[in-house]
Amino acid sequence: MELTLTEIIKLILLLLLVICAVSVNFTKSLLQAVIIFLSYSSVMCLLWILMESPDLAITEAAVGAGVSGTLFLLTLRRIRSEHDSPDSGDGISGREDNEV
Amino acid sequence: MNKERFKAWLDGDLDVMDSVLDLDETSDDSRDKQKEELKKLRRMIDRSGEARRVAKVETKGFYILYRCIAVISCVLLIGVLLFSIANLPRYGEENPETKEVVTRYVEKGVEETGAVNIVAGLILDYRAFDTLGESHVLFTALICVMILLRLDRKNTRTGYEDYYAIRNETAHRLYKEAIMRNVAAVLVPCIIVYGIYVLLNGQNGPGGGFSGGAVLGSAMIIFSAAFGFKVADRMITQKLCSLVTFIALSFYSFAKGYVFFTGANHLENHIPKGTPGAILSGGLILPLDIAVGLVVAFTMYGFFSLFMRGAIGRD
Amino acid sequence: MIENLLVNYEEAFAVILFGIGFTMLLFQQNLFKKLIGLNIMDTGTFLFLASMGYIRGRSAPIIKDGITDPSAYINPVPAGLVLTGIVVSVSVTAIMLSLTVRLYRRYHTLQLDEIYEMSKHQTEDR
Repeated sequence: MELTLTEIIKLILLLLLVICAVSVNFTKSLLQAVIIFLSYSSVMCLLWILMESPDLAITEAAVGAGVSGTLFLLTLRRIRSEHDSPDSGDGISGREDNEV
Repeated sequence: MNKERFKAWLDGDLDVMDSVLDLDETSDDSRDKQKEELKKLRRMIDRSGEARRVAKVETKGFYILYRCIAVISCVLLIGVLLFSIANLPRYGEENPETKEVVTRYVEKGVEETGAVNIVAGLILDYRAFDTLGESHVLFTALICVMILLRLDRKNTRTGYEDYYAIRNETAHRLYKEAIMRNVAAVLVPCIIVYGIYVLLNGQNGPGGGFSGGAVLGSAMIIFSAAFGFKVADRMITQKLCSLVTFIALSFYSFAKGYVFFTGANHLENHIPKGTPGAILSGGLILPLDIAVGLVVAFTMYGFFSLFMRGAIGRD
Repeated sequence: MIENLLVNYEEAFAVILFGIGFTMLLFQQNLFKKLIGLNIMDTGTFLFLASMGYIRGRSAPIIKDGITDPSAYINPVPAGLVLTGIVVSVSVTAIMLSLTVRLYRRYHTLQLDEIYEMSKHQTEDR
């Protein structure tokens, strides 16, 4: 059933995908989540090549890890920059999910 | 709507959605008053306060119910899907049920569409309506993001200084970095050439409208990020963006949409197909590829620009 | 049944990814992580769809040397569908992210239960 090299590599890459997806769930920092998501997209691009569809590979590489990841990072930046001047003790203090 | 209002709207003086889509709820106060209100709000929802305890008790039952139902539905979903996968045909083997359509597409693909890449011929000739709808989805997404994120001097009621403060805060200083500038000076021409190559060779090899457009969009993003928005605004203005998107989308709509009125049997290409393997082949596939690629490129750049500083082009 | 699941391993992994994304969508309270969960769901669906068209031993659907025999290429139809889906997925992500920015500007928090409580209190005190 699975004795050729491509099948083994495909299995390893799929396991890596599941590991990435589960670890995004459990991180506390948002920046880490976005970086793991970018690597998830790149592994997905490799999978498309192994499944013999080069169109999908180029599109996923340019759009998934490129534009979508950039939009996530830009939102992080925008959110941090709108948390304006320190509120002197009042307001959001130390929620772990918002720290970077 | 009488004629003057229509004319004023055409010229850009009157915003029809001005009083309809007021999303900025605390818009009538100045910035200090806004902070005051927020502090009051937060004190009301104090961590150890009475109001929060009351609110938590009210919603506690709801959250317990929500968690139970969520766990049950997740487990059920994964279970049912895994069970149905066990009944699917074996992976990696040919499915005898879908043979007819695929046989027709592969055997007659080259002579009917002129494209060597079967997938490109499929999405731009045999199933061109899907791509038409998908380009419109991209365009609609750009409009929605523009409605939500656009900072306009006329619509920001908190005053001019707030507008400039937000614009300058979210404006970046990347163009002062020497590494960014030098690397981009080498990379951007290569990326543009590669993007045009992928776009034009959609029918001869892997690539096509979406991939080429995404690569071109990334080139525009890197260019405007590395050299600053002042330089990029000279070339990519709001008028250019809307003009290009509009012309590309209407060209695609007219090229494939007239069959709604004349019947589906009129869908043959009258443009010569050329030799398969050359660039100028495939009949209508090449112009449609270019149209889709331009829409995708400007949409990606539009997303970036709106997230970065709230406007496409200078205003 | 387990035997068949092991043979269709790629579809099983795609469905597991879909389930993980769905779980993230329901259980995380942070709006950002919900969006990442939505994206993972999308990619799981595409993996499932495209693995329907893969046939072992055949090559990519680009005609080489004029061979137009359908037994030399994989099934090209699912690849066309996934191509549209990838672009739609990025559009949905962009709209959701801009909604997140507006929500943050209004409530200054990303946790959904806090936003819910704040909005409830606001309407009661008007």
